[in-house]
Amino acid sequence: MALDSQKTEGFKQIGTRPDRPDGVDKVTGRARFGADMTAPGMLWGVIVRSPHAHARIVKIDTSKAEAMEGVKAVVTRADFSDAITPAPGMRGEMWNVLENVMADEKALYDGHAVAAVAATSQLAARDAAKAITVQYEVLPHVTDVDKAMEDGAPVIRDGTAEASVPEGMHPNVVRYHESGQGDLDAGFAAADLVIEETFKTEATHQGYIEPHACLATLGGDGKGELWCCTQGHWNVQKVCAALLGLETSQLRVTASEIGGGFGGKTAVFIEPVALALSRKANKPVKLVMTRSEVFRSTGPTASTSMDVKIGMTKDGTITAAQGIFRCQGGAFPGAPMEFTAMCSFAPYNLKAVKQIGYDVMTNRPKQAAYRAPGSPMAAFAVESVIDELCNKLGLDPIDTRLKNASREGTQANFGPKWDRIGLVETLEAAKAHPHYATPLKPGQGRGISCGFWFNHGGETAVMLALSEDGTAQLAVGTPDIGGSRASMAMMAAEELGIPYENVRCTIADTASLGYNEISHGSRVTYASGLATIEAARDAVKKLCARAAAKWGIPEDAVKWEDGCAVPSGPNAGDHDPLPLAKITAKMGATGGPIVGHFEATPEGAGVSFATHIVDAEVDQETGKTNVSRYTVVQDAGKAIHPTYVEGQFQGGAAQGIGWALNEEYIYGEDGRLQNAGFLDYRIPVASDLPMIDTVIVEVPNPGHPYGVRGVGETSICPPLAAIANAVSNAAGVRLKQLPMSPPRILKALGKHG
Amino acid sequence: MQYHTPATFEDAAKIAFDAQGITRFLAGGTDVLVQLRSDLVEPDTLIDVKKIEGTNNITKNADGSWTLGVAVSGAEMSEHPELGNDWPGLVEAMDLIGSTQVQGRATLTGNLCNGSPAADSVPVMFATGATVSVTGPDGTREVAVEDIPAGPGKTNLAKGELVSAIHIPPRGQGGGDAYLRFIPRTEMDIAVVGCGVNLRVDGDTITEARIALGAVAPTVVLVPDAAAAIVGTKLDDAALDALAAAASAACNPIDDKRGTVEFRTHVAGVLAKRAAKIAYDRAKG
Ligand SMILES: Cc1cc2nc3c(=O)[nH]c(=O)nc-3n(C[C@H](O)[C@H](O)[C@H](O)COP(=O)(O)OP(=O)(O)OC[C@H]3O[C@@H](n4cnc5c(N)ncnc54)[C@H](O)[C@@H]3O)c2cc1C
Repeated sequence: MALDSQKTEGFKQIGTRPDRPDGVDKVTGRARFGADMTAPGMLWGVIVRSPHAHARIVKIDTSKAEAMEGVKAVVTRADFSDAITPAPGMRGEMWNVLENVMADEKALYDGHAVAAVAATSQLAARDAAKAITVQYEVLPHVTDVDKAMEDGAPVIRDGTAEASVPEGMHPNVVRYHESGQGDLDAGFAAADLVIEETFKTEATHQGYIEPHACLATLGGDGKGELWCCTQGHWNVQKVCAALLGLETSQLRVTASEIGGGFGGKTAVFIEPVALALSRKANKPVKLVMTRSEVFRSTGPTASTSMDVKIGMTKDGTITAAQGIFRCQGGAFPGAPMEFTAMCSFAPYNLKAVKQIGYDVMTNRPKQAAYRAPGSPMAAFAVESVIDELCNKLGLDPIDTRLKNASREGTQANFGPKWDRIGLVETLEAAKAHPHYATPLKPGQGRGISCGFWFNHGGETAVMLALSEDGTAQLAVGTPDIGGSRASMAMMAAEELGIPYENVRCTIADTASLGYNEISHGSRVTYASGLATIEAARDAVKKLCARAAAKWGIPEDAVKWEDGCAVPSGPNAGDHDPLPLAKITAKMGATGGPIVGHFEATPEGAGVSFATHIVDAEVDQETGKTNVSRYTVVQDAGKAIHPTYVEGQFQGGAAQGIGWALNEEYIYGEDGRLQNAGFLDYRIPVASDLPMIDTVIVEVPNPGHPYGVRGVGETSICPPLAAIANAVSNAAGVRLKQLPMSPPRILKALGKHG
Repeated sequence: MQYHTPATFEDAAKIAFDAQGITRFLAGGTDVLVQLRSDLVEPDTLIDVKKIEGTNNITKNADGSWTLGVAVSGAEMSEHPELGNDWPGLVEAMDLIGSTQVQGRATLTGNLCNGSPAADSVPVMFATGATVSVTGPDGTREVAVEDIPAGPGKTNLAKGELVSAIHIPPRGQGGGDAYLRFIPRTEMDIAVVGCGVNLRVDGDTITEARIALGAVAPTVVLVPDAAAAIVGTKLDDAALDALAAAASAACNPIDDKRGTVEFRTHVAGVLAKRAAKIAYDRAKG
C-alpha cells in the first residue's frame, strides 16, 4: 500500500550530492572513535581468553594477578547476573550472549573470554592477564559444519535444540526451517535438464578497520555511563543492563564515531566486561580489543554447506527448485539459516520450490550479522546452478533470469506475494549496459548473478529542534554506518525548505531519545529517514500554527512552501510569506521552543534486488584470479544522496570479491584459528579491485514517503555467485567451494596433485 | 627491556655479547616492533644500529661493486639514481616489501636476519652473489649471504655477531636479474613462493646463472640444478621446461595456511620460468 503522501520527484535537495557533514572531522582526526575517549582515574582492562577450542574450566586462579601492583579488579562469570537462564534456540539468546561475553563451565571456542582484569596501565593489565592461571580439561572439538552433524561428533551443548528439529538429528543441530510450495516431483519430471550440486563457503569476517572499544563507568549505586563503538547503543544498554542486573534507564550509552561495522557491531562483547570491572574497581575502565581478539572472539558470518537442485526446460523455464542449507554459527544457536533458505530462490517465480535450513553449533565464535546475513551464500549455490543450466542448454543468463523473474504479485518462494519490486528493472538495465555487450578477451569469463535482501524497519525515534536563527538540530538514534547523517539532513532540509548546511544531524545518546533499534537490516535511510521526514512535518505543522496565530487565521489556512509559511489560498487573506527564521526568532514569545518528533515502528521497508555483471581472468599456471570488470545494478527505490548509494554498491562488491577469492577462517587440527590478523586473513587491497561501476535503478518503495529502499546489504548478495560464475567460465571448470583461492583453482584445473 | 644506541659496530657486538636473555638488533624495526607488539618476542636487549656512522650510505665502489649500509631503507634503494640500473631485480624485490610506510624503514639486512624463508629480498640477494660483513667480538669477516639463514627465524650468526655491511658484486657486461613472487593478492602479502634469477649472456647464449627460491624450504635455497638447466642455452622452450622441473625438484615445502605442498612445488617452476625470461631480456639489453 503506497503512502498517501508519497512524493518521488520534483525534489530540491534529494538526489543531489552535497559534501558529507563528517568529512572534516574524519580527515583532521577530530572525529572520536571508540578508543579515543579517556576519563580521569581511568583503568585499562584486558580479557583472558581460552587457547582451546573446547575445554572444561576446572579452576581459575586470580590470586597472583590480584596481588600485582596496579591491579584494581579481576572479574569472572561470577561477577555477572545469575538471573539469566538458558533455553532452547533463540529463546535463550540473552543467556547465549552472557555465555559468549564470559564463559561459565566450558570454554567453547579458541578466544572465548574466561576472565578479565583492570589495572592502572595497559602494560600492567597485560602482565596481570598473563598471571591469571586457568586450569582446563581439554575436550574433543569440531569446527566443520558437516562434521558437527555426524554421529559421534562432540556435543557443544545438549538441550539447545528447538522442538522443530527433526528427530534423530545430532544435538548440535539446534534449529530447523522448511518452506516452499508446489509439487517438486512433478516439477523435476517436467524439466529437460536437472542439475544437483553441493557447495561450501567458509566463514568470513566483517573486517571493519576499527576494533571494538569502550569506556565504562559503573558505580555501586547501579548508575552507569558507557561510551562504545556500536551499531546500536539502545541494544547495548538493554543487554548490559540485563547481564549486570541493572535498571535499563540507569545506564546511559553513547555511541562513538564508528570505523565500520557491516553487522559485526550489532552484537555486544566487551561492554559488559568493562562495566563489571568498573563496578568492582569503582573507576572508569577502558577496554580495546586487539585485531587478533577481533578475529578470534567477535562474530564472523556463518560457514555453510549447501545442496541445490534445479530443473529447467530447454527454453529456460525453471520447473522446480530445492535447496538444503546447513549453516554453522559457532558455539551458539543463531546461524542465519532461515534467511539463507528464504533468500535462496527469492528472485524467481517458481511453481514448485522447497528450501530447508539447519542451524548447526560448532566450536567457533558466535556468528554475528554480516551484511544480508545468510543471503550471499544462498545466491552462490543457486546462481551457480542456474549458470551451469544456462551453459549446458545454451541459454543467455540474463534472458533466462528475466524469463523466471519475480514481479509484483508473484508468490514468493517463502510465501507472501511480492509488492512493487525492481528485479526485472535491474536485469533489463544490466542487459542494456555496455558491459554486457563488450566481447570477452581470450582467457576471460563472464558471470551474472541476481541477489535479494528483505530490508527492515524497526523501532525508531527522531527529534528535530529548531534554533532561534532558523537552523535545525536533528537527533537520530541510529549510528551512522554509511553516511546517514548526510541523508537525514537532506530529508529534513527538503521538508523544511532550508539549506542542507543549516541542518546538523547528530546521533543522540540513549538518554535523549526513545528506543532506536540497531543500525542493521539496511533500515537507517528507510526508517530513520521516514521518521526524520515525519518529525520535520511535525515541526512544519507547528510553524504553520505560529504563522496562523500571528495572522489571526485558522491553522489549516496556512501551508508551507519553500521554507516559508504562506496563506493556503485567496480566502486566507493577503499575508507576506513568513520565513522559518522569522518564526523561530520569536518562538520564545509565541509559545516556546518548536520541536518536531516522530516515534514508530515502520513496517514498509521495501525489499531490494540487484543484478551484478563480472568479468574475470584466471592465470592457468598459478590459479590466480583477476577481476577485470565489475558492474553493480541495484534498485535503491529512491537515492537520497547518490554518492553514498554508489558507495554502498561498491562496498558490497568489494567485500564480495574478498569473500569469493581469498577470505576465510582457517582452523588447525587443534581447533585454533590460524589467521587471526590481516596478513593471513586476506581482505582485498585497493589494487586488487577494478573500478566498480554502478547503476542506480529507482523503483519507488511504496512504504517510504520518498520511495527509499535500503541499499546497504543487497549489494553483497550477488558477488559470490557472479564472481564464481565468471571464474568458472574463465577456468572452464565449475568452482563449488569458497574461497576460490589459487591452490583450490589450480587443483580444480587438474594442474597438480 | 634495555635499549642501546652504540656508535660503532664493535660496541654493538660487545653489548650483544654481554647481554642476557633475548637480544634483537633494531634496523627498521618492521619485524622487531611488530613481533614485540603482538606479544611474540619481547627482547631483553634492543640494540639500535641506526646511530652508527655510515649505516645509511649506498656506495658504488671503483670496481663497480656496491656497498650498502645496514640501515639503508627500501625507499632509499628505489630512489637511488644508479643502483636500480645495475640491479633492477634486487631493487624491485626490496620494493615489494610492505607499503610506502614500511618502505621508509625496512632494510635488506633486517629482511635477511629475520630469517624468514619467505623474505622477498633474500632469493635475489642469493642470486646476485652478495656477501655481508659480519662484526663480532673477534673482529670482522666476510660471509656469503647464503650462509646466513639457518632455518625459520634463525641465522648462523653467533652470539655477539651482527651484520655490518652488505656487498653486491659488480654488475659487469651482459648481466640481468629479476625477482618474482606469488601472492594471492597484488600487494601487502607474504610470498607463497619467491624466485630470484641472475644471469649473464654472451650474445643470445646464457653463460652464467644463479637461481634461488624462497618459501619452498626451511630457508631460502640456492638451486644450482636450475641454473645448470639454462646455462649454455638460449632460453628456448626445452631449457625453460628443464628449468621449471629443476626448480620444482628443489622444493621441500610445507602445507600451511598460505599454500599446499603441491601448489608451491608447481608454482616454483612457473615463477622460475617467468623470472628467467625477465632476467634474460634485461641481460640482452
Ligand atoms: C606491513 C608489513 C608488510 C611486510 N611485507 C613484507 C613483504 O612483503 N616481504 C617481506 O619479505 N617482508 C615483509 N615484511 C617484513 C619486514 O618488513 C621485512 O622483513 C624487513 O626487511 C625487515 O627489515 P627491518 O630493517 O625492519 O628489520 P628489523 O625489524 O629491524 O630487524 C629484523 C631482524 O633482523 C635482525 N637484525 C637487524 N639488523 C641486524 C644486523 N645489522 N645484524 C644482525 N641482525 C640484524 C633483528 O635482530 C631482527 O631479528 C613486512 C612487514 C610489515 C610490518
